[in-house]
Amino acid sequence: MPSPSWSKERAEAIIEAHRRREGAALPILHALQEAFGYVPEDTVPLIAEALNLTRAEVHGIVTFYHDFRHAPPGRHVLKLCRAEACQSMGGDALAEAAQARLQAGWGETTGDGSLTLEPVYCLGLCACAPAAMLDGKPVGRLDAKRLAALVDGARR
Amino acid sequence: MPLVQEIDFGTPPSKAEKMVSLTIDGFAVSVPEGTSIMRAAMEAGVQVPKLCATDSVDAFGSCRLCLVEIQGRAGTPASCTTPVAPGLVVSTQTDRLKQLRRGVMELYISDHPLDCLTCAANGDCELQDMAGAVGLREVRYGYAGDNHLTAVKDESNPYFTFDPAKCIVCSRCVRACEEVQGTFALTIDGRGFASKVSAGMAEPFLESECVSCGACVQACPTATLIEKSVIESGQPEHSVVTTCAYCGVGCSFKAEMRGDELIRMVPYKDGKANHGHSCVKGRFAWGYATHRDRILKPMIREKITDPWREVSWEEAIGRAASEFRRIQETYGRSAIGGITSSRCTNEETFLVQKLVRAAFGNNNVDTCARVCHSPTGYGLKTTFGTSAGTQDFDSVDHTDVIMVVGANPTDGHPVFASRMKKRLREGAKLIVLDPRRIDLVRTPHVEATYHLPLRPGTNVAVLTAMAHVIVTEGLVDERFVRERCELDEFRDWAGFVAEERNSPEAVEKTSGVSAELIRAAARLYATGGNAAIYYGLGVTEHSQGTTAVMAIANLAMATGNIGRPGVGVNPLRGQNNVQGSCDMGSFPHEFSGYRHISDDATRALFESLWGVTLDGEPGLRIPNMLDAAVTGSFKGLYIQGEDIAQSDPDTHHVTAGLEAMECVVIQDLFLNETANFAHVFLPGSTFLEKDGTFTNAERRINLVRKVMAPRQGMADWEITIALSEALGFPMRYRHPSEIMDEIARSTPTFAGVSYEKLAAEGSVQWPCNDKAPTGTPVMHINGFVRGRGKFVITEYVPTDERTGPRFPLLLTTGRILSQYNVGAQTRRTENVVWHEEDRLEIHPHDAEQRGVRDGDWVSLASRAGATSLRAFITDRVAPGVVYTTFHHPMTQANVVTTEYSDWATNCPEYKVTAVQVMPSNGPTEWQEHYRELSEKTRRIAAPAEAAE
Repeated sequence: MPSPSWSKERAEAIIEAHRRREGAALPILHALQEAFGYVPEDTVPLIAEALNLTRAEVHGIVTFYHDFRHAPPGRHVLKLCRAEACQSMGGDALAEAAQARLQAGWGETTGDGSLTLEPVYCLGLCACAPAAMLDGKPVGRLDAKRLAALVDGARR
Repeated sequence: MPLVQEIDFGTPPSKAEKMVSLTIDGFAVSVPEGTSIMRAAMEAGVQVPKLCATDSVDAFGSCRLCLVEIQGRAGTPASCTTPVAPGLVVSTQTDRLKQLRRGVMELYISDHPLDCLTCAANGDCELQDMAGAVGLREVRYGYAGDNHLTAVKDESNPYFTFDPAKCIVCSRCVRACEEVQGTFALTIDGRGFASKVSAGMAEPFLESECVSCGACVQACPTATLIEKSVIESGQPEHSVVTTCAYCGVGCSFKAEMRGDELIRMVPYKDGKANHGHSCVKGRFAWGYATHRDRILKPMIREKITDPWREVSWEEAIGRAASEFRRIQETYGRSAIGGITSSRCTNEETFLVQKLVRAAFGNNNVDTCARVCHSPTGYGLKTTFGTSAGTQDFDSVDHTDVIMVVGANPTDGHPVFASRMKKRLREGAKLIVLDPRRIDLVRTPHVEATYHLPLRPGTNVAVLTAMAHVIVTEGLVDERFVRERCELDEFRDWAGFVAEERNSPEAVEKTSGVSAELIRAAARLYATGGNAAIYYGLGVTEHSQGTTAVMAIANLAMATGNIGRPGVGVNPLRGQNNVQGSCDMGSFPHEFSGYRHISDDATRALFESLWGVTLDGEPGLRIPNMLDAAVTGSFKGLYIQGEDIAQSDPDTHHVTAGLEAMECVVIQDLFLNETANFAHVFLPGSTFLEKDGTFTNAERRINLVRKVMAPRQGMADWEITIALSEALGFPMRYRHPSEIMDEIARSTPTFAGVSYEKLAAEGSVQWPCNDKAPTGTPVMHINGFVRGRGKFVITEYVPTDERTGPRFPLLLTTGRILSQYNVGAQTRRTENVVWHEEDRLEIHPHDAEQRGVRDGDWVSLASRAGATSLRAFITDRVAPGVVYTTFHHPMTQANVVTTEYSDWATNCPEYKVTAVQVMPSNGPTEWQEHYRELSEKTRRIAAPAEAAE
């Protein structure tokens, strides 16, 4: 996983690399999250200045997309699908099981900092519902047992 | 007198010419193509329920209340986002629509406080109205679900509150901030149920990018964004349409009243200058009218070291008159004079100059335009034949290239700047000539194509170099020049500008602007389509101010950018009525309508009208009056609404002149700085307390209407009449409209102006006469007023004010959004939260060299004097240039400015002063001395003491 500590210099370099693209805000935000694991609040004025937007506008973009994090994540990120197909295949129970096992709510990180649990609305894996994604890798046909093995393995 | 209710059509008008006919609820209606069904319905008199739509912003389609049914089309489209089409048959009220609307309202109300009776918007709430309109009778969802009712109120802005608990997230505020104001300070934070309006990055409004223009408050349909004055005093019950008394934009406002208490000022949609927009000054900064510092009783004193003594109007007026007559008997008829005010009405200004010419019997009358746009008057009269700008503000909507020279519209003329920014967002190009990186150079969604950061004092060199490029690269509009201008003068001028010494390469060193940049800017101006020049005091307040105005006029003529919408030469005039005060004959050499006083026919006209003999020799200008006072031949001065001790250059010289006079009569709202040297104080009235007219920068004559009685008993025009009467020259007017009638009778460009016409038309732009009965938005359409346009050779002569070892930096001065000029009014409002002191902007390089840190006290010294203030380190100014504002009397930036002035008009060279900046410990000796003097001379004797 990426380093959670951010630096202004690195952020500025990332912004500089994308600022001339058309519709540069989203590529910049993705690149920042890629580099730091989240979009540090202090980068918002830097993006605004570079793209000649206001802080308000960039703030509006960042907060509109749930995918952009406002704080560093744990060492691993589990995105559990909460959409209709997965719900119909037992997704709700799975979600409860995951929260209980990790002692973490949606968007929260386990006490030891090892894993962040996030909801996601459809990974396009409805045929293998219920589905999830661990550190960018899709997993399907989950049940409580397989989920436990998955997170325990990652946290080890 | 009820509240003036304006119709909200829901969506902006379409500019299309093609008409479309359709049927709405059985009514046939024809509207321009592109009109929304919602607006068409309103035109037909049918109001479709709505929440997120308002006609100041584009349709958004989010509230789902304005649904309609269209015959032959499926579904229930939103009428705000659906354009009309030929032959549509629309129903706005069906059972299905009723059900849908009630359902939507139930959802809104399930998450809204049920506190209508104690809500500040009670009686002026669109949510409340819509609940009534859709027949809401119950909320099936209950009120126990998730809600926003505990969201915390933001009261950081001094003038309005933001209560997110009452917000329905219609985004009207966000869109108004973007589309109307162009600031983009607001956004929607989050999405779905979590959506909320956010200033900046979820900051308090005051700390965000918000400029407090009030557009969001205006757009809000609920009590979410509401004026604190309404929260405190309740809803207004009647309103009067009037004109703002701050800058030269001349915005129309509804003064909304409860009894004689002003509750709020609301921008008026029908205002031709502002079209329903406002800025922080006009919208909110009117509290000075009732400030405790306001003087409400006339006062006199023998010597300026005495305390003031409150007296009756009769005694004060009598004292002024007898002193003026004594001085004239002792020192001669020319030993007294008057200064008219660009803050007062046309009628009041006309009376003061009439008083001077007819009752004083001389022409010693001048006005503060002397120190701002007198070069505009002179320069444009010489080249075009009229002392005024050529366009209306609406012209900017047709402009392709905007060139801003020595002006800072976002601070100085904010409402017009918003319109300019809108046009720039639509794709117009921008060229900025300014020593400072003003906001327009780069501000969200606006970026100048070229910024020419010229050294202060080199306007003429750069403008002439632009002309060089236009002439030598074959960019002259030859047909325009041939048909419209004097050809001999053009040829001489073309030959002059084509000389190598006027090339961009030759002036690069003097101006500090690269030749390539000058060339590129000139090419864009000449070839970019409709090009318009907007300029301000950065052009006029120089030793070559008049030359620079003529250089601008030359550029416009050479490129054919005159005589149609979208082009022209547009001086952004500073004060609400500076155009008017000039029009009204405030200058010592001119009668109203810019007719020279040596002209026998004009003089004869006024002699027969006024029944006196008039002097045919021009009188003294303000600087000459002060010079003559210092040398002892000028002894008495009547000043209406102007603070020359703070606003005029070289304060030492001004105050020496005032101190040398035997009778200074001040007519003002407050004991201003000049009053420190006065013997008679006549309390003035605010623009809320009188009838009259102001003329804005686009020559538009707007009505000023009395909304409350003068708090001190008399309107300013009545005071002048009383003084004239006491001087033995009675003036008989019962109402300012009769003064305007006299102006119209005696002034050809105003011949068609009357209060009846102004009330009927809303406003008119002069010339208004038989040839143009409803006024003239764009001038010089088929020919110049002077006949043919005259090119004038603009030889660059550097100012004598030069930097050297003792004074190595150049100081230039300006204004800031929240404060107005000397701040007599705005300093007495909550606007001080944005600007509580003047700061010195200095480049990091110059600051470092001097060991100055941000916020440090520094001394600012020139050969004229020294003051001190705190430093603000910024690269907005170039190395070698420093900048400050002149809003605060304790800084007195004009202690530093010098006596140099424009060669033609004596307009002071405020914009260039050689200075040195050094770290200091605090106020200078002069400032301490002035503070003492100021405290001493402002004493008002207690009534008992006065009686003794």
